[in-house]
Amino acid sequence: MVPRIAIVIGLAAFLAGLSVATFAELKMFLPAILKGAVVTVQISVLSWLVFMAMSLIAGVARARSTGPVLWLAVGYIEIFRGTSLLVILFWLFFVMPEFGLTMSPVLAGVLGIGLNFGAYGAEIARGAIGAVPRGQTEATIALNISPWNRMTRIVLPQAIAIMIPGMVNLTIELIKATALVSAVTLVDITYASVQQNQLHFRTVEIFAITLMLYYCFAQFVRFGGDALEERFSRHLSKRV
Amino acid sequence: MDWRWDFTFDVVLPKMWEAAGVTVWATVASFVLALIGGLILMLLKTHRSPWISRPATEFIEFIRATPLLVQIFFLFFLLPDFGITLPPLTTGILAIGIYNSALCAEVYRAGFQAVPKGQWEACIALNLSTYRTFRDVIIPQSLPPIVPALGNYLVAIFKETPLLSFVAVAEIMQISKLIGAEYYRFTEAVTIAGIFFLVMSLIAAFLIRLVENYVKRSILH
Repeated sequence: MVPRIAIVIGLAAFLAGLSVATFAELKMFLPAILKGAVVTVQISVLSWLVFMAMSLIAGVARARSTGPVLWLAVGYIEIFRGTSLLVILFWLFFVMPEFGLTMSPVLAGVLGIGLNFGAYGAEIARGAIGAVPRGQTEATIALNISPWNRMTRIVLPQAIAIMIPGMVNLTIELIKATALVSAVTLVDITYASVQQNQLHFRTVEIFAITLMLYYCFAQFVRFGGDALEERFSRHLSKRV
Repeated sequence: MDWRWDFTFDVVLPKMWEAAGVTVWATVASFVLALIGGLILMLLKTHRSPWISRPATEFIEFIRATPLLVQIFFLFFLLPDFGITLPPLTTGILAIGIYNSALCAEVYRAGFQAVPKGQWEACIALNLSTYRTFRDVIIPQSLPPIVPALGNYLVAIFKETPLLSFVAVAEIMQISKLIGAEYYRFTEAVTIAGIFFLVMSLIAAFLIRLVENYVKRSILH
């Protein structure tokens, strides 16, 4: 982890150096790219919330329910894992109005990304819930703890510690997937840099900055994920 | 809602049928590229000299941490600067192939590391040649964990090909965008594109499970 942080700092220093060296040109396109970065962060945070909610709900339903609820969860997971994210975004934005549901670009982007990644996250949540030792559930039944408390107080806290690494990976994938929201007319980093590239023809600089911004986002998420994993698993016995 | 079947059958499906070929070709070509590239990256990453393994590791990490779409744009705009003008489809296949070779490298590495060290030592003790070591001992044991993971990447690549519509490759998504722009009817084309991806992914997942079972049965027994 430490060398990666060093790389992030190095990249930031490089960006600062670049901005001093070619200030005149950078002044033209950097503000637009940074404005796009704000959109990317907004979409990432909002769709992360949808993603987390959906993966926990669908994951628990997939692991513990029966009958119609289970079919609903399986249907949701299979449909959203089986289709391409770009197609889903297009469908939400251009086809949903036909069904009388017009969405703002932000809502379509957040829902599309959140639901798509929620389906992947649900499989991770299901695996993690399945990995909690069976004795824990049996003990709560023996102690007559209600099903709701059994899930929220006993099983999920242990499952969350197990699912964190997978969820961190998916969060990084989610940040990368926000590059697609330009399909629903949002100007994020990617689209801003394409626009600026068409204006200024500075391909290498513009895309180097864009790639580095995404790289830095990913490294920060990974760093935060490591800290979170440490925090959530410190009360658990060490798994070998 | 108004869904027109005649429009679907007369206009959308014939165009989609051609575009499906482009999508499948892009998927297969990128997958083959990723398989080969992943092997090379894995060999570089596990190289003895840190001067080779460190840069390879960081390269893989960088590729994995940045969006494929930006990489596609980067290659698409950058290559002409170096005097290399490739058709958009080739550039796209190259980008998807490189991106996924970084992911496949990790799969290969995990597979080879799953082979117990004693197997290598036994091969040395038995004085097997490098070729026979790999062919008869190492590869058969490392394939079962690798095959399902690679199958997942095949499906993932398939679902990444719509990104090529951003650089105007005439694959399914681009065609449905064009149909939408031409007739101002997005419903049929985009819905059919979605169903196409869903059905093909489910079929591919089923085929991969068959291959997986075949590999398990034929190699381990």
